Amino acid sequence: MSGGLMIEVAHLTKRYAGRTAVSNISFTVRRGEIVGLLGPNGAGKSTTMRILSCYLPATSGTVRVAGLDVFRQSEEVRRRIGYMPENNPLHFDMRVREYLKFRAQLKGLGHRKSRDRVDTVLEQCSLTDVSHRIVGQLSKGYRQRVGLADALVHEPELIILDEPTIGLDPNQIRAVRQLIKGLANSHTVLISTHILPEAEMTCNRMVIMYQGTILAADTPENLQQFMSSKSQVLAEIAAPMDELRACWAEVPEIENYDVSACEGKYYRCALTPRNGMDLRPLVFDMAREHGWPLRELTRNRHSLEDIYVQLTKPADEEES
Amino acid sequence: MQAYCTLVRRELGAYFLSMTGYIIIAAVTFLLGMSFVVLLMKLQQEPTPIPLTELFYVTQFFWLILLLATPVITMRLFAQEKFSGTFETLMTTPVSELDVVLAKFTAGLVFYVLAWLPLLACLLIVRHFANDPTAFDPGIVASTFLGIVLIGALFVSLGCCASALTRSQVAAAMISLLCGCTVFCVGVLADRFPAQNNWQSQALAAMAIFDQMHDFARGVVDTRSVVLYVSLTLFFLFVTLRIVESRRWK
Repeated sequence: MSGGLMIEVAHLTKRYAGRTAVSNISFTVRRGEIVGLLGPNGAGKSTTMRILSCYLPATSGTVRVAGLDVFRQSEEVRRRIGYMPENNPLHFDMRVREYLKFRAQLKGLGHRKSRDRVDTVLEQCSLTDVSHRIVGQLSKGYRQRVGLADALVHEPELIILDEPTIGLDPNQIRAVRQLIKGLANSHTVLISTHILPEAEMTCNRMVIMYQGTILAADTPENLQQFMSSKSQVLAEIAAPMDELRACWAEVPEIENYDVSACEGKYYRCALTPRNGMDLRPLVFDMAREHGWPLRELTRNRHSLEDIYVQLTKPADEEES
Repeated sequence: MQAYCTLVRRELGAYFLSMTGYIIIAAVTFLLGMSFVVLLMKLQQEPTPIPLTELFYVTQFFWLILLLATPVITMRLFAQEKFSGTFETLMTTPVSELDVVLAKFTAGLVFYVLAWLPLLACLLIVRHFANDPTAFDPGIVASTFLGIVLIGALFVSLGCCASALTRSQVAAAMISLLCGCTVFCVGVLADRFPAQNNWQSQALAAMAIFDQMHDFARGVVDTRSVVLYVSLTLFFLFVTLRIVESRRWK
């Protein structure tokens, strides 16, 4: 029995001719969770989603959705899934309502039920005003919402969205995120993205993938905490270089430092903490003590790239 | 069944939502018009007891229509969906591969038959102006259309197969045209070499599509031809189904 689990992926491997896209990954998603698959292009996110949505078979391993095997009980699984692939392919020659009705009927909804559901999702995705327009003539943001409406139209238990906000402007991104957040109570959602803040904002949990493997799977807060423990502090200070170097070398909390020339009398110091502490107050105090002009003091916001760099090493330890 | 009907409606609608459908109908109508002109010229020269449909068939425009129209009708069925990515959204809905293949084939065949309908108008025009009720024998017209549908079904199934193989519509049309021409050439060979007693020659004779179509146009329905076309169509649909399913092979 799957209990409260919506997705169970165990030792999943997918090989294409001569290339391993996904290598022995395992993770679970509980009912009602919003989980983000995070990773750069080519990390294996889309492949994992395609396997989950029954489009591709796995080379080895088992994948279950709502307790059903995606390969053996594929049709049953597909009934429970609303899937929006990458780049959101749509029939550009159809009108919005016509397209959604076509999709609803394909997904097994009867004539009346499909009409009701189309009305509901049109409203839910703020598409009512454009329901008579041709899909191909809509803006990217609207098309994205049509894709979302399609994924929602048959009230699936699990919604899988592959990069739902790619190519949208900030306002549209916000609207799509709001929509996804709104689904949390009634659906389980799995979204993939390569934008870290997006996953942070919308997801209860993140699974970070890199080169076909899972590097980490945790809540955004825990991952953030882990990340910030290694984040550098950047300071631009006007002081003699030797004094700066000597000063940083004396501070036990600083594990590593790098001082490089900036324009004018200023030097740019990149300081890595030893035990995860925030070095900013310390740097500020030092500058004040020595009477050095300080014009910038920032803590590096961890970029996705940093996560990969940092997680590649601990990944081995975690596995063991 | 619901998914099948929904898909047939969508596929048929797609022909009329794009220019392709209208261009195909216009081209087929043009070729039918050409054959109509040839037919009228023949009728002007001398009276003939040959049925009108047979006269139409022997103008040879029939094969031109069949060979050129079917690749264009079928090229988009799978290739366009694969190219645009909608094949992924289609195959992740709870529809079976069989439904998809049958629906696309049905839509292609129905459109092909629709494109042939102006032929009926041509026949009715001749009947009206010749003032001869025997010029339009419903039985012979039905058998001609049976021939058109059966041989069309074979070519449409070949086209489906070609379209399922590739993401490029042009490549699908080329493959389909090549296969169609091969069937046509086998027909030419069967026509050139008279049947002998060895099995090779017998097999070739079974593919004498010119004679078979000629029979249909004369009002003769030979069950052997019906069985041949139906089984070949089913075979190519089966191959198409396997191609579509191959995505899910481990």
